[in-house]
Amino acid sequence: MIEFLTQDWVLELGWIVAKIMVVIGPLLIAVAYLTLAERRVIGFMQLRKGPNVVGPFGLFQPFADALKLMAKETIMPAGANKVVFMIAPMLTFILSLVAWAVIPFGEDLVIADINVGILYLFAISSLGVYGVIMAGWASNSKYAFLGALRSAAQMVSYEVSMGLVIINVLLCAGSLNLSAIVEAQRGMWFALPLLPMFIVFFISTLAETNRAPFDLPEGESELVAGYFVEYSSMSFALFFLGEYANMILMSSMTVVLFLGGWLPPFDIWPLNIIPGPLWFIIKIMLVLFVFLWVRATTPRYRYDQLMRLGWKIFLPFSLIYVVLTAGFLLVTDRLPAVALG
Amino acid sequence: MIEALFFYLFAGVMLASGFMVVVSRNPVYSVLFLILAFFNAAGLFVLIGAEFLAMLLVVVYVGAVAVLFLFVVMMLDINFAEMRAGFQKYLPLGLIVGGILVFELVAAMYGDAFSKASLPVASEIPNTTQLGGVLYTKYAFLFQISGLILLVAMIGAISLTMRKRVGVRRQSIADQNSRRREDVMEIVKMPSDKTKAKNNVAAGSVDDK
Repeated sequence: MIEFLTQDWVLELGWIVAKIMVVIGPLLIAVAYLTLAERRVIGFMQLRKGPNVVGPFGLFQPFADALKLMAKETIMPAGANKVVFMIAPMLTFILSLVAWAVIPFGEDLVIADINVGILYLFAISSLGVYGVIMAGWASNSKYAFLGALRSAAQMVSYEVSMGLVIINVLLCAGSLNLSAIVEAQRGMWFALPLLPMFIVFFISTLAETNRAPFDLPEGESELVAGYFVEYSSMSFALFFLGEYANMILMSSMTVVLFLGGWLPPFDIWPLNIIPGPLWFIIKIMLVLFVFLWVRATTPRYRYDQLMRLGWKIFLPFSLIYVVLTAGFLLVTDRLPAVALG
Repeated sequence: MIEALFFYLFAGVMLASGFMVVVSRNPVYSVLFLILAFFNAAGLFVLIGAEFLAMLLVVVYVGAVAVLFLFVVMMLDINFAEMRAGFQKYLPLGLIVGGILVFELVAAMYGDAFSKASLPVASEIPNTTQLGGVLYTKYAFLFQISGLILLVAMIGAISLTMRKRVGVRRQSIADQNSRRREDVMEIVKMPSDKTKAKNNVAAGSVDDK
């Protein structure tokens, strides 16, 4: 037994599992508290208190919610396609977690430091649509199906402009590796020279995570709750957790691409003694706050307005900006050096 | 050892899901199995060190093309029994096409085309850089031409499906934004009639009772 345990690959595997646990554990707690933060922040913005009864400042509210959800009955609609119906929430939840494998929390603090990190993130975030569309189809309900159709169209549309925005960042960084992208922002965060792209990217992440003002797939006023209307108990909770984990993921993507990841804003004394991962978390919280702020203050877009914004404004704008960025870097001879071998 | 294990895992699941794409009764299942097959193909790409191609496969085929497949298949109102009816008729044709493909693959594998030279060489330079290095220099023309072909296909698809419909009320954002207050709104000063208003209030309160 002891021989088996001390084999190299067993140790290596154990080390990888430990690293994954260190990321996933705090992430799930963060998700739980994001739901509380959302209700509290929106509460204060609307001059109410929000949940403040369970525990000090309502701090135990997420656990109360979780317990309540677990105690509920899992309902399987009569006409539902059972296999796909159960796979959909699992898929949503798993996808929102696997993307964290490439997020760099600090210098060398990353589970998998792969060459194509940003493409991996982009690929995983583009798969999120499957959870929604499978749930909508398998529920065998008009509302759920309509929600799924909207969501599929919405996510595919906004991915295109997100891809072009990422190309802008890559032009400046000269690498697809996330750690290298962050290192390239030492001196100046990409949010400043690429400010319009930063805004386009942030709005696209709102659309990609189905958040207000782009929460048409859920649109409770006309679709009841959209694609997850037939779900209950833990299968609903998985969708819920997946959505919030996706929000945190998208915020961290924004931070890595535009807000300098783990780097302090200025490399001066009181700022650079704060450890990198802490900076990273502070920045993520800032972006998340804007997510909640937007939800509390903007009305929902109409479907045709949403499509117009994605295809007729963001797509041409980010395409032109790619040409501009490339041209500027070429003319001023600032293109990042890449060894061709 | 672990790499070989993963190879057989990816290859096995890919073949099985490829088979299920063909034999599934429900076309939505077919598309879902197709997605699984794409995924495992991406895994195989990662194993031979082509991580850029792997991610591209997932982004383009799984993230975009298969979504549209699924979209269309879910919207179709298909009669499954009718679809199975032609199975026997098309079986010989399918077998012939499949046989030709197998023959070609075997021929390529044992011929010169698949010699050791075409296998990737381990290199320090990431293969995104390597691909970009040849794509935009040596093969720049071919790359541009493939882009043009895609553009033509896109324009063709749009011109085939675009139709002008009459009687559709469409919002013109430019018109709407250029409206001025004076054009569309008129403020009319009404003389206040206090006695009338009082009577109305009194009548309302009576109705309430």
